[in-house]
Amino acid sequence: MSRIKTILTNGIWYENPIFHQVLGVCSALAVTTQVKNAIVMSIAVICITALTNFTVSVLRKIIPFSVRLIIEMLIISTFVIVFDQLLKAYYFEMSRELGPYVGLIITNCIILGRSEAFALREGPGLSVIDGIASGLGYTLILVSIAAVRELFGAGKLLGYSIISNPDYHARGLASAGGAFIVMGILIWIMNAIRRVGGEK
Amino acid sequence: MNQSPLVILFAAVLTNNIVFSGFLGMCSFIALSKRIDTAIGMGLAVTFVSTFTTALNWLIYHYILKTGALYKLTGIEGLDGEIFTLIVFIAVIAAFVQIVELAIARISQSLYQALGIFLPLITVNCAILGVSLFMVIRGYGFLASIAFGFGSGIGWLLAIFLMAGIRQKLRFSKISPSLEGIGITMITTGILAMIFMVFNGMVRMN
Repeated sequence: MSRIKTILTNGIWYENPIFHQVLGVCSALAVTTQVKNAIVMSIAVICITALTNFTVSVLRKIIPFSVRLIIEMLIISTFVIVFDQLLKAYYFEMSRELGPYVGLIITNCIILGRSEAFALREGPGLSVIDGIASGLGYTLILVSIAAVRELFGAGKLLGYSIISNPDYHARGLASAGGAFIVMGILIWIMNAIRRVGGEK
Repeated sequence: MNQSPLVILFAAVLTNNIVFSGFLGMCSFIALSKRIDTAIGMGLAVTFVSTFTTALNWLIYHYILKTGALYKLTGIEGLDGEIFTLIVFIAVIAAFVQIVELAIARISQSLYQALGIFLPLITVNCAILGVSLFMVIRGYGFLASIAFGFGSGIGWLLAIFLMAGIRQKLRFSKISPSLEGIGITMITTGILAMIFMVFNGMVRMN
């Protein structure tokens, strides 16, 4: 039980894939103009990481070491294609909105990183938990960035108008430059919290 | 989409820069922008690979994968390769990188020394796959796709070169310890991205 707890806290906080390992940054910036997009993207990453981890872990004794990267890529691509098709079938507007970034989950290093670092060594059950934990860590960052950008950039949250003053303009936050700066500041805050908490 | 390839090239470098407005290739952008020489090496490798894989992927997509193309090619009804687009693109990129690595090792040792270590990293660089996917979504023609692939590579090179220059100077400035490393790099990238927004009026690309 404590093992599961360690995996969860590591994935979400101590070894957060985005802040600690700088993995999967691209999509974290691109889809965070709206909280809704961030949530869909996070669900995709949680499912795909968990499923990939599970598959790699089940096959870990059969996969020859020298071609493991290609096999892992194939497994990831398969799940990404399934998700992409599901999104196109049931939620076409969102599929349009996310554009190529759903396909780019393939090159999201979080997934390959987790299957390399964890699933190749551990059993399927723990691997699924590890995948979910890393996915949740990713979600935490994505949703926070998206919340800041949507609230202060567009004055809305999940599509509902919060700042209704028509004179309020902060388009910069919704723009690309704003994404980088919000993320930089978020990293700053998280590192500061860690420092106060006595880590490192 | 009837824009001239030259406009697309220009837009890909400046107004729609792949790092500053597409957020692609961030992992290696952050990891390899500590020194100018490694930044240039990686930038050149990305430019080379993205130009050729975009061209290859365009041919494969339009003659094999696209809905209806397989029917034209084989005459068998009911075949559709569209669903395999992602998997084929990533396989083409991985195979191309592998071949280039072997070729460079044979042809020029000095070039291999300079670019060799970067090539394996490119397979997982999302900029390359991203360029191919954008090319399909925006419906570019063949020449336009090559211009887009080349321009995106140059744009990435420009971005990482600028960033490396700034980071080399940043090493001598006093930064809050919590902000050091990724934090300050992100904020600097944000400012650079805003500077690049100045170019927005110059070319229009959808």
